Amino acid sequence: MSEPIAKLSKKDFESDQEVRWCPGCGDYSVLANVQRVMPELGLPRENFVFVSGIGCSSRFPYYMNTYGFHTIHGRAPAFATGIKVARPELSVWVITGDGDGLSIGGNHMLHVIRRNVDLQILLFNNRIYGLTKGQYSPTSRLGMRNKSVPMGVIDAPIEPIAFALGAGATFVARTVDVDAPALQDVLRRAHEHKGTAFVEILQNCPVYNDGEWAAIEDKKTRVDAGLPLEHGQPLVFGSKGQRRGIRIEHGVPTVVPLRDDEDPVAAGITVHDEKHESPAYAFALATLAPPVFPIPTGVLRAVERPSYERLLEDQVTGAIAARGPGSLAKLLHSGDTWTVG
Amino acid sequence: MSSSQGPIASGSSHPKKSQRLDRVAIRFAGDSGDGVQLTGTKFTESTALAGNDLSTLPDFPAEIRAPAGTLAGVSGYQIHFASQDIRTPADQADVLVAFNPAALRACLADVRSGGLVIINSDTFTEKNFERAGYSEDPLPDARERFQLVEVPVTRLTLEAVRDLGLSQREAGRSKNFFALGLMYWLYGRPLESTFAWIESRFEGEVREANIRVLKAGYHFGETSEVFPVSFEVPRAKIEPGTYRNITGNTALAYGCVAASVTMDRPLVVGAYPITPASDVLHELAKHRSFGVKTVQAEDEIAAVSAAIGASFAGMLGLTVTSGPGFLLKQEAINLAVVAELPLVIVDVQRAGPSTGLPTKEEQADLLCALFGRSSDSPLPVLAPATPSECFSVMLEAFRIAVKYMTPVVVLSDSYLASSAEPWRLPDVAALPRQGIAFRTDPDGFFPYLRDTETLARPWAIPGTPGLEHRIGGLEKQDGKGNVSYLPENHQRMTDLRHAKIAGIVQDVPPVEPYGATSGKLLVVGWGGTHGAITTAVDDARAVGHDVASVHLRHLNPLPPNLGEVLRRFDRVLVAELNTGQLWRLLRAEFLVDAQSLTKVQGQPFRVSDLRSGIDRMLGVAS
Repeated sequence: MSEPIAKLSKKDFESDQEVRWCPGCGDYSVLANVQRVMPELGLPRENFVFVSGIGCSSRFPYYMNTYGFHTIHGRAPAFATGIKVARPELSVWVITGDGDGLSIGGNHMLHVIRRNVDLQILLFNNRIYGLTKGQYSPTSRLGMRNKSVPMGVIDAPIEPIAFALGAGATFVARTVDVDAPALQDVLRRAHEHKGTAFVEILQNCPVYNDGEWAAIEDKKTRVDAGLPLEHGQPLVFGSKGQRRGIRIEHGVPTVVPLRDDEDPVAAGITVHDEKHESPAYAFALATLAPPVFPIPTGVLRAVERPSYERLLEDQVTGAIAARGPGSLAKLLHSGDTWTVG
Repeated sequence: MSSSQGPIASGSSHPKKSQRLDRVAIRFAGDSGDGVQLTGTKFTESTALAGNDLSTLPDFPAEIRAPAGTLAGVSGYQIHFASQDIRTPADQADVLVAFNPAALRACLADVRSGGLVIINSDTFTEKNFERAGYSEDPLPDARERFQLVEVPVTRLTLEAVRDLGLSQREAGRSKNFFALGLMYWLYGRPLESTFAWIESRFEGEVREANIRVLKAGYHFGETSEVFPVSFEVPRAKIEPGTYRNITGNTALAYGCVAASVTMDRPLVVGAYPITPASDVLHELAKHRSFGVKTVQAEDEIAAVSAAIGASFAGMLGLTVTSGPGFLLKQEAINLAVVAELPLVIVDVQRAGPSTGLPTKEEQADLLCALFGRSSDSPLPVLAPATPSECFSVMLEAFRIAVKYMTPVVVLSDSYLASSAEPWRLPDVAALPRQGIAFRTDPDGFFPYLRDTETLARPWAIPGTPGLEHRIGGLEKQDGKGNVSYLPENHQRMTDLRHAKIAGIVQDVPPVEPYGATSGKLLVVGWGGTHGAITTAVDDARAVGHDVASVHLRHLNPLPPNLGEVLRRFDRVLVAELNTGQLWRLLRAEFLVDAQSLTKVQGQPFRVSDLRSGIDRMLGVAS
């Protein structure tokens, strides 16, 4: 028997496996927050499925006391598509990283987003290959040096949010591993969304790329380094005396200094619209990056479009409504037949 | 039927004499845009309705439209039909219908000496000779060696539709129906099914044109002086039942639908377009009303991954591909081996390596299916022998996949895929029904606890309360299924995976040699070579040779009595369309001194290839 849904707690979502990430890894915080949010989502535990590829973050399903499938490198979106197509009633979560999801699995990431399969995709971005001990990833910054690039990275990094928007994402969000309340909000929103919810989680690798996101992880500096997005609210950030806003005109963002008491809207600061018709608006937000700009966090885009598995289900019900349930005898006897004897 | 068809008494009241034949092989050949495949298919349907046994071999270029008139663009379709049981499309054609000089040049060597060669004489121009690579007019030579019949097919076609107001180009497109009509008359085939097809397929002037031209061809045969006799191939004596024509690819798709119906589980298909497997996807995509969900994935890897995902979620997962795609899928198949999930992978083999000859025949993926994944990764492998067997092999593949919780590879090939034969339709009500028992009881559940008889682990699907568990590619602890790196556990799990697949032999029937139970020579084959091998054995036995054959449908595990059967014969010849893959396997497995007969020309075996092989082994002159 399943536990009454209302009674589920974080503990119900913890598996009996010992968590084996490095001490101080950002993944611990993400795991704890996912486990905390699960009981609030109104589904029985057995309806959750966590699917991952290969990499540090992809061990995630082993630690969730739900159904889980640790698959092969880069292909989790394809496995998850099969699961969701087979059983649309399941809540399917994809756990991936910057290497798994955007390098070896870039093709699948593109197509799962384009199809708008109703999945939650959590992409842990630590800008490094951790499990293979520290090679640069497709999100590593130019010039970064490590053992696979002793003279520095020369291939331009990809911006995950911009990639997702380019693929036609209907839901795109970004959050930070250690910012529990914001992370939980985004997880809830991702779950509510009908379609592919793409969530980039800025995550620290304390061993191979420590401090990559320090400015936004540290509560003291976050207020100046980050831009928390809220639908219908102006794009304002910065500490007292350092207050600033973002104005986006013709897709080009600029930073506008604001007095602490100044009305940002009157000052021409753009008001966040996550439902903006054009993805160009969210794309402009996706281009915001240090050192000139803060890092936007929260929901960048959330629009409605029918999900793939729903449309496929509709074709099945439509075919049955039009022709009746398939008859094997009729199928075999279709076309010209002849009888002997 | 439209009034324009008028009465045609098909095959019954020829004013000319009719001569009886036991068997005929006809090759249609032309540019890939000439409608050769269509002509062949329609002739095949009509021949089936006339009650003959038949076997066909379509042979078309990889290019959709190679340059007109060139050898590269020649598309062929051979049909062999008879008043007795036949199993091959025939080594040599008795009749060639050549739409242009290139077709003549490409096919003449395959025509029996003295055979009938019908050409569209309108295309035999200097320019077309040059395109076909002829330095001089080939017809004088052809007249010497064959019965050459020159018919101005293009001109007669245009004449028949002159008043319909079609452009010359549009009108000329009907010319294949002229040739079809002519052959219908010559072999007394009924036209009704083709009329009905034209009615359903075309509209307006084009429909009228096709019907008129089909009739014009028929009447031309009847009235012109060039054919003094027509031929009659009496009905074959075949087992009572209801029949239809079927190609391997269609039978495969029907087999998958039948598996879904009889196991009462929806089918989820992940596939990526690839020749010659795409037709299976096309066919399955039509059957949403059976609950079939087809996902045309972004690549071969995603296709198999989606199918495995669907299996994890409790559906029948299927992926269909050919050589290059099969390789791409191997890592995901390895995951299915470790995760021990049911899955069926169909490889419609084609000639390779790499892109190879994408539309041509070869059966060279056997070792890849058995050993082409990293590490120790056993799985069952099946191969259908005939187009219609593609149906039953899919039922068996799904049954094994679910019963033993394993991926299963089915090796079809491009010859089986597109060749057609009459198929006696199975009684749907009599097909075994086998529901699936998912694990639902949480009491004592562990994901890798095994059934004592089959060694299968339980199929516990998401949505089942109390059975939440994790699987994946990391080695699993025996029983509990947690991740385990312990040396002795890996040994045990590797052994268990092998034992499970080896144990499937309990469901594999023993082989019974065809022709004789013991003797001098046993020919062993597998897959689509069945027709040619059995025909060669029949022919050899008819002249007194002591030879038998065994055709393997189960390539892993091999049939339980195979080693014993091999030892009953003095010599063993393994015949296959690769460089000796089954041969190596049988030598390694059974320590028999088997010999190898192979061919890799992108074409099926001819019966004569096998006859010479048999004669060589028996030390007799061919």
